[in-house]
Amino acid sequence: MRRAGVPLLVGLVVVAAGIVLAVLRVNPYLYFAGCVILQYVVMATAWNILGGYAGYVNFGTPAFFAMGAYTAVFLIQSVRAPLPVLILAGGLVAALLGLGIGYLTLRLRGVFFSIATLALAVVLQTVIMNWEYVGGSRGMSVLRPSGPPFGSYVTFLFTVMVGLAVIAVLVARFIERSWIGRGLAALRDNEEAAECMGVPTLRLKLFATTVSGFLLGVAGAPFPYYVTFVEPNSAFALDYAVNALAMPMIGGTTSWVGPVIGAVLLGTAQQLATVTISSEMNLFIVGVVLVAFVVLAPEGILGLVRRLRGR
Amino acid sequence: MVAGLLIGGFYAAVSLGIGLIFGLLDIANIAQPAFVVLGAYMAYVMNDSFGLDPILSGLLFTPVFYVLGAVVYRVYYASFERRGEESLRGLVFFFGLLFIIEVSLSLKFGVDYRLVQTAYTSKSIDLGGVGIAFRYLVPCVVGVAMTLALHLFLGRTFYGRAIMAVSQDRLALRLMGANPVQIKTIAFGVGIAAASLGGALLISIAPVIPSTDRDYIGRMFAITVLGGMGSIGGTLVAAVILGVAESLMATFFGPSWSLAVSFGILLVVLAVRPAGLFGR
Repeated sequence: MRRAGVPLLVGLVVVAAGIVLAVLRVNPYLYFAGCVILQYVVMATAWNILGGYAGYVNFGTPAFFAMGAYTAVFLIQSVRAPLPVLILAGGLVAALLGLGIGYLTLRLRGVFFSIATLALAVVLQTVIMNWEYVGGSRGMSVLRPSGPPFGSYVTFLFTVMVGLAVIAVLVARFIERSWIGRGLAALRDNEEAAECMGVPTLRLKLFATTVSGFLLGVAGAPFPYYVTFVEPNSAFALDYAVNALAMPMIGGTTSWVGPVIGAVLLGTAQQLATVTISSEMNLFIVGVVLVAFVVLAPEGILGLVRRLRGR
Repeated sequence: MVAGLLIGGFYAAVSLGIGLIFGLLDIANIAQPAFVVLGAYMAYVMNDSFGLDPILSGLLFTPVFYVLGAVVYRVYYASFERRGEESLRGLVFFFGLLFIIEVSLSLKFGVDYRLVQTAYTSKSIDLGGVGIAFRYLVPCVVGVAMTLALHLFLGRTFYGRAIMAVSQDRLALRLMGANPVQIKTIAFGVGIAAASLGGALLISIAPVIPSTDRDYIGRMFAITVLGGMGSIGGTLVAAVILGVAESLMATFFGPSWSLAVSFGILLVVLAVRPAGLFGR
């Protein structure tokens, strides 16, 4: 309990800070940056359910994210659905996609799974680019609904993102602590052995792809509202794929705290780099940091901390 | 149709490196397309400052790329393979490498399209009513030649046979007194060297930007998997199939769909027959 207490406290402080930030009136850019960082917290956590716990490296993050975003665009376009509906629908569509990918790639392991997910992202992007109703390749601007429940729309969105991040982290934490997490870990270490021991590897794998997909879709659903312009190249950006896997790798993939640490650190660094240097530079930083971490500290920051404590 | 065939030859040239590295060594070098684009930029720089023919400069740069590949493999080996955790973290390592190369190129050259003009780019010959542009013909010929050369290298030379052996049974090879790490370093180097030439062809066919590599990830893996892991001849056949499929798709549905072809083929092949057409 004592060991679980500290991260939980940190989480509560973050949430409290988020709400305070939302109530205070500071530079709107900060909220935007906050939304992006929180979005990465959700994405990194979601990626980690499949990649960290189950050991299936998903390069198709942009596909799931964009499914969430484009489901939202479609619903805004057709029925002007409210934000909670967008988030739920985006999550469900991406979850279906996750389930589908899970079935399609049942026989694929390791590298082949990763390449298949990458392929999926490009195929979906081509479909969206040729679908005029949601803007085609030119993209589409999205009008924010007037009159948010409180504050300005950006602060409202920010609060929603805080909520989503907390929910995603709680889901990940629940999975990790339950028998599902142990089953996934067994699957990660040795799939054949896990199967032989009676772990329902197939169902667990489908569960992980679905939940991970759902959360990635949820991360994407509010996207149209805070960027207000959605086009396929930005929604399907491969940057999401590298970010979503870099953050857990940097933080540490075996625990729910890892992706959060990675996302907050890397997300903040990226926002700073975007403002002060350039957006290309921040991808460069991600690449270098990612390579450095997998080579030098494969267990991420959590692993480093553990090693220091061990001595 | 004819254009598709010719493009197929070019695709083979681009995919040979990955056929060797991924197909034979089982190393998922997802950064290979980035090395190809790097090769394209080297050809561009040489052409821009010395007026060198891209294919010639592609050949000139093969030793440099070979060394680069050998270094990358050594790092990969020391960090992942030796610890026995190559698959997942190794994949992430190459993914990171892809981004580093791509972003370095866009920091250096910007995101403008670059193209090399050669003496033959605008010429074409007429074969029985079908115009064949040299722009496509030359890369196709080079691609087929590269396939042949690699095939001969693997089948006839000592090191080539050693590479084939290392892909089949590492332990037996070690028992026979050969050093698998050294052989894999050579194979990896050759694979990356092939990217240099592939890149030179790439920039003489179409304009290149740093993120062009993303279009080729799918194509290259689709070709390797479709052709069957480790089959060099299969790579050429698969490349031609893909080239034809893409050009047919572009003719009937519009060019914006052609990119999805390779990835679609890849998904179907992975789902239905993961061993590929000429799988071992």
